[in-house]
Amino acid sequence: MNGIHDMGGLHGFGPVEIDPDEPVFTTEWGSRVFCMTQVIDGLGVWNLDEHRHEIELMAPEDYLTHSYYGRWLFAMERILDRRNIVRREEVDLRAAEIASDKRQFTPVRKTDRNWPMSEDARVRWGAWRKEESVTPKFDEGQRVRVRNIHPPGHTRVTNYTRGKSGDIYRVNDQAWVFPDTRAHYQGENLQAVYTVRFDAQTLWGESQAEPNLYVYIDLSENHLEADQENE
Amino acid sequence: MGHKHAHPEKAWQAIRTEAIESLLNEINVLTSEDIDKVVRHYEENVGPKTGAKVIARAWVDPEFKKRLLADGLAACAELGIGGPETELLHVVENTSKVHNVVVCTLCSCYPWPILGLPPVWYKSSAYRSRLVREPRKVLSELGVELQEDVEIRVWDSVSEIRYLVMPEKPDHAENLSEAELAELITRDHMIGVARHIHQAG
Repeated sequence: MNGIHDMGGLHGFGPVEIDPDEPVFTTEWGSRVFCMTQVIDGLGVWNLDEHRHEIELMAPEDYLTHSYYGRWLFAMERILDRRNIVRREEVDLRAAEIASDKRQFTPVRKTDRNWPMSEDARVRWGAWRKEESVTPKFDEGQRVRVRNIHPPGHTRVTNYTRGKSGDIYRVNDQAWVFPDTRAHYQGENLQAVYTVRFDAQTLWGESQAEPNLYVYIDLSENHLEADQENE
Repeated sequence: MGHKHAHPEKAWQAIRTEAIESLLNEINVLTSEDIDKVVRHYEENVGPKTGAKVIARAWVDPEFKKRLLADGLAACAELGIGGPETELLHVVENTSKVHNVVVCTLCSCYPWPILGLPPVWYKSSAYRSRLVREPRKVLSELGVELQEDVEIRVWDSVSEIRYLVMPEKPDHAENLSEAELAELITRDHMIGVARHIHQAG
């Protein structure tokens, strides 16, 4: 989807400010969100691409004003609700009880939810399927063009490269999950991932491109087409 | 300015997080002790010192360096390093005429087992938006001035392949041990927003 998360090339965000004394976690709740997500990742409740896409579905104004782990909190809560593991109204009630310093929480029923999940309902983690192999369609050094596509769902093809031509620097010929379909449970569609090298002038135009700059980006095979005109 | 200072009104997120954790405990999805352990792991065990060890080894051992450039994760495994969220690692080498720098414009992909968790600035809109378009300017603002004859390679790591920058070994470092060299290598060197290796004294 063409969302605010796809930030490459945008103007207006100001300077990059490095805090050399930043702790590993800047908030305690952020550390809980991150680590709960890590544990749930391992339980097979969601897949990586689905989790990323959930974040992309935040309203743009919320995306920009929430911290990184605030976005993760949003995604965790929504997917747990959708999977009927922890429902939104349960979180609302428990949060209200915590906010009003209740000593005793209203207990939840343990039987009317999708937990424990059956083994075959659990989602497999990872993106490289080592037991599988693929035959890459493109070769190192080949000129390719990024497909000019604007899918409304999840995609890892960045807006700033669409329609642009570059050279394949490296063929990552392992069997990689295609995030655009896995995010929507439409299959893993294993394929090669290519590191494509773009001249900055191709991306940003001759007048604005910085000199002697190359951008390398890893794109799935489905995002590329042969560029016969410029070969 | 960090997000927690910018949005003090968002303390509701702490309450909501506590509510979810409490419910997940209650229905036996996880325990808070599990979460404590993971927090401690990221606070204490994982961090840029891991990556620094890898780079320092490559600086003193040319055969290891070759293996590291050929298959980053396999070489890291020789040093007992590995973990979630990195399935394939490409190490990219700085030279006098090449500077590498890593970003993820779509989220904030980062080699967790090698560098720990990404800092706030790496996840910021400013870094993610600007680095692919004007890295020379961003680097200059961060104190890295590159002549025009130095080629900049930006790695936008939006797939599940992760990147680590190998800075140039400093001159006149022959008398430093591998452990002393590792002390000189920072997270910022290995992301590529720092270049020069500062030697003490």
